[in-house]
Amino acid sequence: MTQEDTVPPELKRNVFIAPVDWIYNLGRAASVWPVMFGVACCAFEMIVTVTSRFDLARFGMEFLRASPRQSELMIVSGTVTKKMAPQVVRLYDQMPEPKYVLAMGACAISGGPFKDGYNVVPGVDKLLPVNVYVPGCPPRPESLLDAILKLHKQIRAETIRTSPWYRKDADREIPVPEYGPRGLVLPKGDKS
Amino acid sequence: MTAKETFDRLAAKFPQFPLGYLEGKDTAILVKGENLVGLAQHMRDDEEYDYCSSITGVDYPDRFEVVYHLYSTKKEGGPVILKVHAERENPMLPSVVSIWPTANWQEREVWDLMGIRFSGHPNLTRILMWEGFEGHPLRKDFPGSEDEYIFG
Repeated sequence: MTQEDTVPPELKRNVFIAPVDWIYNLGRAASVWPVMFGVACCAFEMIVTVTSRFDLARFGMEFLRASPRQSELMIVSGTVTKKMAPQVVRLYDQMPEPKYVLAMGACAISGGPFKDGYNVVPGVDKLLPVNVYVPGCPPRPESLLDAILKLHKQIRAETIRTSPWYRKDADREIPVPEYGPRGLVLPKGDKS
Repeated sequence: MTAKETFDRLAAKFPQFPLGYLEGKDTAILVKGENLVGLAQHMRDDEEYDYCSSITGVDYPDRFEVVYHLYSTKKEGGPVILKVHAERENPMLPSVVSIWPTANWQEREVWDLMGIRFSGHPNLTRILMWEGFEGHPLRKDFPGSEDEYIFG
């Protein structure tokens, strides 16, 4: 039995055969929704990226979702203070997988000019796994768009077979830091 | 009215409070801690300085200093800057919350970050750092914080 016999001709023009990874990643990369969340002044550049002049919607990010449950991307737009750190981690833990983190600006990358301060986390990658870093103080909207395109590239390069999200033994929760007498401490009874 | 004229007028008007004249980029009036509340009462009621815009703590090698910036909503000019010295060990000053309610959170901030106590404050607790934090991070001898992070 050949293909000619099984597939009707009108269907043949409409059926498209592709690897699962390709089609799945295409769908995911084209609809990455960021969580609506800004921690510092870089948030204004993020907001202006959504407006019509730069138009984030061109890349499948129709809006910044107001709930972490509906988002896949966390744009850490600015300085993460130690007081804000537990909330940032908690938001990340509430996002459904697969999820990605974009560190926007010098402060989110390394603490920036506040690195040695008593109140600033020196880089959000101390708290969360970061996928894309965007340098700048603040980065222009074009930089953010470029970073999002780079994130699309990362997402398209994933395979379901090796992606950490689909492994049974994946460590799914990041422990939320707590306030200690000398700074942030990891919670007691931390499993990692 | 220049700052010097303001000082001369205040010094003549309040002979009961010995004032010091601090020449500088921002000319200030040095007040003794025990005279602060009395002078503040007169500044608000008689001189119409009804707005205390900022209270700042300064850490010097031999002393702490608290700086008060006073403005008037009724007359032009300002600020009139009052400076008060506090001891290096266990610094303590009278609170001016009863005179200017804006001093409430400002004094809490000075206590939180610089460790200067204000006697008579209605609720002298930390305002920026969390409860249970040890030390006062804007002091020069603050050892720095020790943080634990999950990723290095």
